[in-house]
Amino acid sequence: MISQLIFFMLLGVSLFLFAKQAQQIYANIQLGKPVDRFDNPKARIKKMLLVAFGQQKMFKRWTPAILHLFVYVGFCIINIEMIEIVIDGLFGTHRILSFLGGFYNFLIASFEILAFLVLLACLVFLVRRNSMRIKRFQSPELKDWPKTDANLILITEILLMSAFLLMNAADYTLQGLGVGHYAQVGSFPISSLISPYLTTNTETLVFIERGCWWFHIVGIFAFLNYLPYSKHLHIILAFPTTYFSNLNPKGQLDNMPSVTQEVKAMLDPSFVPQVLEGPLRFGVKDVQDLTWKNLLEAYTCTECGRCTSSCPANITGKLLSPRKIMMDTRDRLTEVGDNVKKNGSFVDDGKSLIDTYITRAEIWACTSCNACVEQCPVNLNPLEIIMDLRRFAVMEESQAAASVNAMFSNIENNGAPWKYAQADRANWIQGTD
Amino acid sequence: MQNELNVPTMAELMARGETPEILFWVGCAGSFDERAQKITRDICKILQHVGLKFAILGTEESCTGDPAKRAGNEFLFQMQAMTNIEILTGYAVKKIVTACPHCFNTLKNEYPALGGNYEVIHHTELIQSLIREGRLKTADGHEFLGKKITYHDPCYLGRANEVYEAPREILQQLDVQLTELKRCRSNGLCCGAGGAQMFKEPEAGNKDINIERIEEVIASQAQIVAAACPYCMTMLKDGVKVKEKEGEIEVLDIAEITVRANKL
Repeated sequence: MISQLIFFMLLGVSLFLFAKQAQQIYANIQLGKPVDRFDNPKARIKKMLLVAFGQQKMFKRWTPAILHLFVYVGFCIINIEMIEIVIDGLFGTHRILSFLGGFYNFLIASFEILAFLVLLACLVFLVRRNSMRIKRFQSPELKDWPKTDANLILITEILLMSAFLLMNAADYTLQGLGVGHYAQVGSFPISSLISPYLTTNTETLVFIERGCWWFHIVGIFAFLNYLPYSKHLHIILAFPTTYFSNLNPKGQLDNMPSVTQEVKAMLDPSFVPQVLEGPLRFGVKDVQDLTWKNLLEAYTCTECGRCTSSCPANITGKLLSPRKIMMDTRDRLTEVGDNVKKNGSFVDDGKSLIDTYITRAEIWACTSCNACVEQCPVNLNPLEIIMDLRRFAVMEESQAAASVNAMFSNIENNGAPWKYAQADRANWIQGTD
Repeated sequence: MQNELNVPTMAELMARGETPEILFWVGCAGSFDERAQKITRDICKILQHVGLKFAILGTEESCTGDPAKRAGNEFLFQMQAMTNIEILTGYAVKKIVTACPHCFNTLKNEYPALGGNYEVIHHTELIQSLIREGRLKTADGHEFLGKKITYHDPCYLGRANEVYEAPREILQQLDVQLTELKRCRSNGLCCGAGGAQMFKEPEAGNKDINIERIEEVIASQAQIVAAACPYCMTMLKDGVKVKEKEGEIEVLDIAEITVRANKL
């Protein structure tokens, strides 16, 4: 009875704390500007099913894709076991779902095999991350906390899966010994192999079984509450993020409506511009100038670095790293969110996304080639943020390289980015080959 | 070959009360860059050869605004766009072929929201359809037979608009040995000129992007690298020059290859 009560309290507290964290993240995302991503639900569901649920884009790189698939399928399927664990925990039952008979055996067996594959994949991931010196895991933005975060996730998963398998092994042994309520149910292809190495002392076995059961479930509660502080949040946010994907061709960059109003007024004196809501700022200086979708993406990024490893600027040694753009956006958003929470509304802290977090050298190294957007397994778009930062630099501050400004004035005066006369535009007709 | 081309402008056609089937949007590079001018003339030769009635805007054409937009100057972009749309509307233009993937992308994707709706195709798509319709037939014993050719995907044609097959189909029907670069199609590596990089010095790094790309071309052992974008053309050509491979690797636009293979 006491253990049921403790379980109930732990479940309640962990769900409550997680809900509070989730609410904060939702509030932070709401700091962004509006953008319509609610049209065409059919295409959106399809996109989500393919990219998030179906892991489509992961398979641009086979090795990590297969390892990740083990962990992903393992996570989804083993969570079915959570239903049984929660019922058992609340009502003091043991393996309540075993009445399913043959199907139960099938479930337990598949949980076991998947748990083993998850464990194996996480071990390989640990090695890849820490000793194989894979380039995308060596970037400067992955030092310190991001590196610890990644390792913590992997180690936690290994511990959780080990506890799960060890619990089953003890259970299986107890079933064999015919102890108390340990009825012979389930099928244990993996843990039956561990069982021979366990003691036959009933008390110790019960202690192991219960200990692992508690470790596993408390570990999951703790992990749930770790998510909001971690890149691992992608396991939840990958779904809404892909649902709200940009459905336009990648080459299409939005036309700023505020500019359209001004340009129309300039070209046609009789045009009456619409009054647009909110303070007018061209481009993005800080996270509040981004759209809620950009902000949702920042929380979804799992720092895998496929974007950075395919970025032509990064490959050739420039400072730009699309992954860092996403991480900076998230870190600044967390800071701004805390600021808003503390002060009721945002109080200037003398910082901004541009300069404090992202430097000019980074945004001006981009070739807008869309390689980062193409590679992202969950359809994030670092390019949009880069372009919006440039818009701020150019339209609000007139800060661009002299050669870029020269290009602007050439277009303005001659209708071409180079200094040629408009009148000579068709001279090529006279040329000879 | 003096002015054998006889390319009409929209204004001239209009004065004669005629309308072309298609407007050829030449683009700034195609108008002024010496190397790109040659490609422009080749596209005209193809159009004339198949008897497709076309026209250019001539001195009425102006930058689409793409480099300004990608450099953050949305004002200048929209000024250019609206002025161009006004001219295109004046001539009731419905279909446009471009020689430059940047013009292609901007006209196709970014003009509609500002009131400019056209069917926009890239010259590789046009050539592909001309071949499919049987209007373009490769000459016997052309110079590319059996040659090892690779194709560099321009970002604004490939990833940006998912045109991957048209240029490849054109090359394949030439009975060449088509070889792919290590990073190709959706994984293609940029030439380094997009996003207004064409008009500025690269940021500090340890290598130029076009050198990274040309090393891949060299590794492919191709004799010809085909391009479909005037910016890529400049970057690849410079890369070949830096690597002193001018004698071994030729950089040609798909339109130039088509003209030569058809002996136009």
